[in-house]
Amino acid sequence: MSVYLVQALSGVAAGSVLFLISVGLTLVFGLSRVVNFAHGSFVMVGGYLGYTLTEAFATGPLGFWAAIALSALAVGALGGLIERTLIRRLYGAPELLTLLATFGVGLILKDAARLVWGPDDLLGARAPGLGGSVAIVGTPFPTYDLVLCAIGPIVLALLWLLFHSTRFGLAVRAATEDREITAALGIDPARLFTGVFVLGATFAGLGGALQVPRQAITLDLDLAWIVEAFVVVVIGGFGSLPGAFLAAQLIGQVQAFGILIVPEITLVGVFALMAVVLVVRPRGLIGGVVVPVRAAAASPATRAPARAGAWQRLGTAAAVAGLAALPLVADPYRLIVVAEALILALFAAGLHLLVGIGGLVSFGHAAYFGLGAYGAALTVHHLGWSMTPALVAAPLAAAAGAALFGAVCVRRHGIYLAMLTLAFAQILWSAAFQWTALTGGDNGILGIWPDGWAAGPTGFYLLTLAVALTGLAVVRRIAFSPFGFALRAANEAPARAAALGLPIRALHWAAFVIAGGLAGLAGGLYAFAKGSVFPQVLSVAVSVQGLVIILLGGLQALSGPVIGAAVFHGLETEIMRATELWRLWLGALILILVLAGPGGVAGAAGALVRRWTGERERAAGADRS
Amino acid sequence: MFGILVSGILKTGRAALGAALGLAVLSGGSIAGKDMVAIAADPVRVGEINSYSGIPAFTLPYRQGWQLAVSEVNAAGGVLGGRPLEVVSRDDAGRPDVAVRLATELITRERVVLLAGTFFSHVGLAVSDVAARYRMPFLAAEPLSDALTWSRGNRYTYRLRPSTYMQAAMLVEEAAKLPVTRWATVAPNYEYGHSAVAWFKSLLAERRPDATFVAEQWPALGKIEAGTTVQALALAEPEAVFNVTFGADLARFVREGSQRGLFRDRPVVSLLTGEPEYLGPLGAEAPEGWIVTGYPWDQIGTPAHTAFRDAYQARFGEPPRLGSVVGYITLAAIAAGLDRAGSTDAEAVVDAFAGLELDSPFGPVRFRAADHQATMGAFVGRLAVEDGRGRMVDWRYADGADYLPSADDVAALRPASAR
Repeated sequence: MSVYLVQALSGVAAGSVLFLISVGLTLVFGLSRVVNFAHGSFVMVGGYLGYTLTEAFATGPLGFWAAIALSALAVGALGGLIERTLIRRLYGAPELLTLLATFGVGLILKDAARLVWGPDDLLGARAPGLGGSVAIVGTPFPTYDLVLCAIGPIVLALLWLLFHSTRFGLAVRAATEDREITAALGIDPARLFTGVFVLGATFAGLGGALQVPRQAITLDLDLAWIVEAFVVVVIGGFGSLPGAFLAAQLIGQVQAFGILIVPEITLVGVFALMAVVLVVRPRGLIGGVVVPVRAAAASPATRAPARAGAWQRLGTAAAVAGLAALPLVADPYRLIVVAEALILALFAAGLHLLVGIGGLVSFGHAAYFGLGAYGAALTVHHLGWSMTPALVAAPLAAAAGAALFGAVCVRRHGIYLAMLTLAFAQILWSAAFQWTALTGGDNGILGIWPDGWAAGPTGFYLLTLAVALTGLAVVRRIAFSPFGFALRAANEAPARAAALGLPIRALHWAAFVIAGGLAGLAGGLYAFAKGSVFPQVLSVAVSVQGLVIILLGGLQALSGPVIGAAVFHGLETEIMRATELWRLWLGALILILVLAGPGGVAGAAGALVRRWTGERERAAGADRS
Repeated sequence: MFGILVSGILKTGRAALGAALGLAVLSGGSIAGKDMVAIAADPVRVGEINSYSGIPAFTLPYRQGWQLAVSEVNAAGGVLGGRPLEVVSRDDAGRPDVAVRLATELITRERVVLLAGTFFSHVGLAVSDVAARYRMPFLAAEPLSDALTWSRGNRYTYRLRPSTYMQAAMLVEEAAKLPVTRWATVAPNYEYGHSAVAWFKSLLAERRPDATFVAEQWPALGKIEAGTTVQALALAEPEAVFNVTFGADLARFVREGSQRGLFRDRPVVSLLTGEPEYLGPLGAEAPEGWIVTGYPWDQIGTPAHTAFRDAYQARFGEPPRLGSVVGYITLAAIAAGLDRAGSTDAEAVVDAFAGLELDSPFGPVRFRAADHQATMGAFVGRLAVEDGRGRMVDWRYADGADYLPSADDVAALRPASAR
């Protein structure tokens, strides 16, 4: 019996840490709608600072706790710096853009940490005076974990006090409920944003620093925590303080007792829990704020994409001709890289239809890319199909999956929808990972090479080009079809669209299926381009890559995904060949692009063209007058 | 103004040209006639791919290892009768899709005659598949998965480091001697963890039919919830534990396990924990008494190893890790293989590797013709803490040749196309 008590206590300790790490994310999102992808990096930096400072000062308990507090404050200051210099510039921009910017920050911080602390794992000292264990009904339990059990509720109580009995806290709560009214009452939202961002980063740093006596500090700490922190925030309800606490504790207990029943549950447990909670209680355990994550700001700047003018048609034709003629001048490697960029463009085009036009943000689009890749690979591997039928099976498998998941997802809105897509993608990922008999597990499926006329680099390149161009043409056709306009209407004026009798859910569901099918087609091509498929095709990294591409390219233009794919893939391949610090450079370039042109590369180019043609028209007008 | 600038550039350019000419004359003057031939000869280009930005703590020592080997090979006159060895190295960031792209780049653009490297098993498998498609020899350096040489083996792929099976077999030999029957296992939840536990179970059952397995835990790689995992293992009251976790997971498991008394009076048999890469970060908290596979770099006194260690420390100012040895032997084996083949022809090189023997810092290593697995072994011993850091004691070298199934047995494991 005592064993179960200790197991429950261990779960509480784990839950406390998880709460500390997630609380900043939920507060920041609740107030400013910033999806902070760099939050896990704050945890990592907190861990490294905690290691350095405890090694330097922790001769006694006082020094140890001072070092931990100092680390947390330093990370808070870092967060403040990032908010002031970067995030602040993006509050007016589409909200998803902050995701892209913080993604870049995360890349930079990872390589920066490697430069400062080196690649080796760092195992710090145990907490002075707390290194041993106490017997709890006869079973030893680490004293330090007992302290952690207490820290979680203490932090919750302190934050509760802060938000309920200080002027700052009340203002933050007011702004979380209604930003405009709060601003109209004379409270400067910018100061609140900075304050909450610093608070969130401080607790992330604290969570990281408190890990020093428990585990080695590694460069992978950022990714290890960020996804689970998101899960906590979703299960608890976005912006809800007690919700985050409850969710963190629930996850702690589910993990603690889940592994007693099904030891293999470790990969999928939290995501299955999140999916269940979202289906049963759409806004989390403690109803969080309803937040429509708008991919694009609903401002007058939003307008229907213009049909291509003569110059654009000419440019497109020239680009297509150039791509078709590429095999005449390029070597096989160049063809391979361009083919990969085309596949990514196809993947992103579907996502763009969903996110840019439909306004449905998916954090789990890798699910459909992966279903396509596995669909193709499994039919080749198990059924002995050749490439052509496998490439037909790929989008069908993905569209079927999208039809199934989409039916559940479109019942939710905003960030909850996004997180539900993530949950489904993670569940598929763990299935691919663990269903070894079917998928080969993490050793993947090998030998999926193109056959016949497409076996060589040129043949496969031309095949990819033809498929990708067809897919892109289909997306364009859809965007300008009545369906496309209805989808846009449902995004930009949902109430009016509904009043006009548009079946919004059906529209969203159809968009899901189309985007899934396109991603599946891209995934199928990718399987043949690489010759092998691994669970990584279903990973969060692929979903994020898709979002980065469409945001880099620009959400307002249909050429965005193509330009974004070309820029991102080109940068990544070239930088990775040039330097091992590719994350640093890629992150810096992403930040520059985000700050220079919040409308993406296509948006910036479009603005330039408009300015040029506008000036010409004005000049022409002046001539006439 | 412009004129000044141009003349300045011209001056700098002339100075640079002069310096370059001077250097060329100097170096030409100091090189004897025989070496001039070697320099003039076409270098033999080897393509190398590893996860330098993905898992730098392991791959950076590995890179230093092969850099040392390349210097030594070239100082001794290169390969194939005087051609220098040149390594074209790439970083796959730990991603199989990137590795596939880079492998194709190295083959088609850089015109390498052979591929080598990789750390993660799935990356190694992806590259081996490319190698088979392009009929390009591939020497996998570090991946452990048995699939690489057995169930998914192919004609063009060889592997250096002792596989999961071999390392499990080495530990089973020790585990079978322990006076215990009730075992619990803990392993990361992916292919390496699952196959290590499966081999341990089946090989132990052969030697000890009385062994039972009463609990197993599969923490997610890099995310072990160590406290609850330790408690779940303790709940089954095993007499001994077989551990496969490593890296950051291992550190957490060791800390929680010792605080919660899991290792009290319980022998632990643990894969790879004696490797400096994993033992180093544990510092004084290295778990004493664990039976491990590893590399006691500071205690091996064979002339071959001492020479390697001294050269490595002299050049890089730090002791070698296991990755350093793997990198060193990888490139040494490539040089030996090329010389044995007598040409850079892919088929000739692949044939030359079958049965290739060379001396290494660990002793003689042979690439088996039957399954393309090298017989490089590992050191098996116990952990102790001395002077604030973990060391292996009572160790012995387990020659890989003694821990591999017979040629007939592995022939059945490999696909028909690989024979």
